[in-house]
Amino acid sequence: MKLELQGITKRFGSLVANDNIDLVVNPGQVHCLLGENGAGKSTLMNVLYGLYEPSDGHILVDGKPVTFRGPGDAMAAGIGMVHQHFMLIPVFTVAENVALGDEHTKAGGILDLDKTRARIREISDRYGFDVDPDALVEDLPVGVQQRVEIIKALVRKAEVLILDEPTAVLTPQETDELIQIIEELKAGGTAIVFISHKLREVKAVSDVITVIRRGAVVGTVEPTASTGELASMMVGRQVSLSLNKAPATPGDTTFTVRDLTVPGPGGQKLLDNVSFEISKGEILAVAGVQGNGQTELTEAILGLHPHASGSVRLNGKELLGMKVKDIIREGVGFVPEDRKVDGLVGSFSIAENMILNWYNEPPFAKGMAMKPSVVLKNAREKVAEFDVRTQSAEAPVSTLSGGNQQKVVLARELSRPLNLFIASQPTRGVDVGSIEFLHKRIVTERDGGTPVMIVSTELDEISELADRIAVLHGGELMGVVPGDTSRDVLGLMMAGMTAEEALGQGQHRDTGETDR
Amino acid sequence: MSIAASVNDSRVTGSSTRSWKAPIGFGVGALLALFVFALGGPATTAVFRVSDDSDRFRLADIALPANVVGWVVAIALIAITVYSYLQVRRGAGINQWAGIAYAFLFVVGFLTWVVGIADRPTISLAGLVAGSVTLAIPLIFGSLSGVLCERVGVVNIAIEGQLLSGAFAAAVAASVSGSVYVGLIAAAFAGVLVSLILAIFSIKYLVNQIIVGVVLNVLVSGLTGFLASTLLSRDSATFNSPPSLPDIRIPLLADIPVIGPILFQQTIVGYFMYAAVIVIWLGLYRTKWGLRVRAVGEHPQAADTMGIKVNSTRFWNVLLGGAVAGFGGAFFTLVSVSTFTRDMTAGQGYIALAALIFGRWNPIGAFFAALLFGFATNLRFVLSIIGTDVPSQFLAMLPYIVTILAVAGLVGRSRPPAAGGIPYVKE
Repeated sequence: MKLELQGITKRFGSLVANDNIDLVVNPGQVHCLLGENGAGKSTLMNVLYGLYEPSDGHILVDGKPVTFRGPGDAMAAGIGMVHQHFMLIPVFTVAENVALGDEHTKAGGILDLDKTRARIREISDRYGFDVDPDALVEDLPVGVQQRVEIIKALVRKAEVLILDEPTAVLTPQETDELIQIIEELKAGGTAIVFISHKLREVKAVSDVITVIRRGAVVGTVEPTASTGELASMMVGRQVSLSLNKAPATPGDTTFTVRDLTVPGPGGQKLLDNVSFEISKGEILAVAGVQGNGQTELTEAILGLHPHASGSVRLNGKELLGMKVKDIIREGVGFVPEDRKVDGLVGSFSIAENMILNWYNEPPFAKGMAMKPSVVLKNAREKVAEFDVRTQSAEAPVSTLSGGNQQKVVLARELSRPLNLFIASQPTRGVDVGSIEFLHKRIVTERDGGTPVMIVSTELDEISELADRIAVLHGGELMGVVPGDTSRDVLGLMMAGMTAEEALGQGQHRDTGETDR
Repeated sequence: MSIAASVNDSRVTGSSTRSWKAPIGFGVGALLALFVFALGGPATTAVFRVSDDSDRFRLADIALPANVVGWVVAIALIAITVYSYLQVRRGAGINQWAGIAYAFLFVVGFLTWVVGIADRPTISLAGLVAGSVTLAIPLIFGSLSGVLCERVGVVNIAIEGQLLSGAFAAAVAASVSGSVYVGLIAAAFAGVLVSLILAIFSIKYLVNQIIVGVVLNVLVSGLTGFLASTLLSRDSATFNSPPSLPDIRIPLLADIPVIGPILFQQTIVGYFMYAAVIVIWLGLYRTKWGLRVRAVGEHPQAADTMGIKVNSTRFWNVLLGGAVAGFGGAFFTLVSVSTFTRDMTAGQGYIALAALIFGRWNPIGAFFAALLFGFATNLRFVLSIIGTDVPSQFLAMLPYIVTILAVAGLVGRSRPPAAGGIPYVKE
């Protein structure tokens, strides 16, 4: 099946999310849609999948124009979609999820799940998915859940499969497995639309790459194009992808964590006896798949976990047991992983958000009174210094783009003299141009002699920033390795191997590949 | 594959939570049994009459020496407590049959004790059970309405209003037409009307569902109260004297001791109740309709991407729920008593809501939960007849104490539909 988009335009009020986009997807081809967050990739796919109606333009299937009034129409036409946030019902079994909306029934509307189970096994065996139709979805690892999504599409005889940011939630190994699956689907004649902003994967899987910027197609290129070329197309200007940071010159070790343990609500350990230290002027990056204790680690250091045990010392002072406010006074800068929830008050102005955790201290306050003029002046300076793109420092922070919101958080946290800087997912949902800027600021802070801890689920970011890398899995520290450790080894550690095991196996694997 | 395996491992170790709730709860009950049922057990014999003299088949009465039963029950309960303590300490789960046996023994101990200390320590078991079922009928209809609404993600606080409107409509329609069946149909329509307002406001206008529900209850109470004190009281012969629904007795089957009357000697409302429980359960868990309904209540966006119309599914389910509760409301005026009085549902809609939660949003669970509440209510009536020393105020509290215990502690790991109360708006 050949799918064509001709001149698709989608407007939301005055905002043009998609502007006259043309796209051709051929059978047995992986077509990548590359673009930054907010470039309009997902909007385009939602138009294609019938979730949005295009304001203008046509969708052609095998040369014939079609209209999709809902996802049902798109599925009937042979288009399947794996959403970035899986559309699976956690309390349903795999079979129930696959059957939903396309149920086989016996007389009287009675469900016939056996037929669905058989179909799942058939597809599962054919592509080596290893999925049990009777497993509850919530018990499955994320990678398997994704395969369930793919099965859902294949059961409905999808000939075009849209994968929206499919690797965002996967470990590197799971990503490799997904790429294998894509190869097999491709060999079977399925057309695949692969949406991503990660240059490395896009180059690895695609046959054709279409780059989108600000809702419009910038160009179509071959996967042989260099990452630098792709990045500059995506951002619209030259970006340097590598930070070229100077080697760290670690000073005294001022921050030590010993046997830090955080119990969960039911007595299980969310963080289990974690010990490490960070010296002045170095960056320790904490890697791991989302939900393996990273959140608890940063929150425990900031004093947000009353039941945390062990020891967290900064400049010889025990932080554990202190109030959050006092910990901040000790010079701990903290960028939370979800800026919208923990980092900013959306309806407050940029100026107010810039002083959220030191509003009551001079020069912003005197006695009971705040000094709005000083607050505003401070904000104007920081907006200029951190290049926050906004009309006014008094605009509500929620009106800013993700990247600019993150700059506000970083501006606030980096504007104080710090003894420790912690940033969780510092560039999540941030455009490539801003990432470069934010990374540079973090390195500047390091070079100023602050111990820095970065938590990230993106290996690219980890490799970029880290002087040393700590890997968490299931709340345990798998080891601390040098900053230039290979992705393979990190991936194995993220899946639960200790540093020694992973280094052994990683080398083994490397030699194995050269043998072939 | 090593990834999948290791993720599973961490999940297993991560979820080995030790909850001491069960042993503590069991312990408190066991101590109560020890001090009240055993040490405080009267030296009388509690007689449970299985059949009446007029029954076709007569079984012998069950006579239990109260203090002996008290001791047996107390020791058994302590044994179950110790078992649960050991299980939890080992980090193992507690067999659910232990919980069921515990509950059963506790009820036996309590009944024997409370009957034993009464002036006339004889009680009709058949009457106790039959009365419980009868009192549970409106609760069951109410909680089925709750199941239908909450399973699609609409919180239905308006059960009370649906029951009350059904009671009112049944009384008036049956009185005016002289036909109980017209009354039943009118009751269902009245429930649908209340649901219609709930559906329009919560689904289309995205008003907070709990607020709409509460407002509807107040509205129905005020409206029916006003009409009762004006229209109905002016000419109660025309408007407020509905005929009663007759019992339909199925020969032979109804003669089975104890369970015969509750299953085979019911009004049409009673038979509908059993049918509704079974049909709704089958519908929810065995049909295409049910799969879609549950999907809408759990993850509406996912349902939408599979081509299911979320808001119309919600709308029709809420209306269906209204019909079920309204129909159940007819019980008050066509079965229970033959006249409508102001606020005659007396908070039963809220108890139905509790039964729904206790029954884990499952029709059969809700059925048994409602039976428990019916039992607690009926016990109060039965005990006051046989003349017990327990203060009547305490007995009046019994159904509500059971409600609180059920909703607060005994439910265990109960999980409501994930999208409950959240309106679905397409982006």
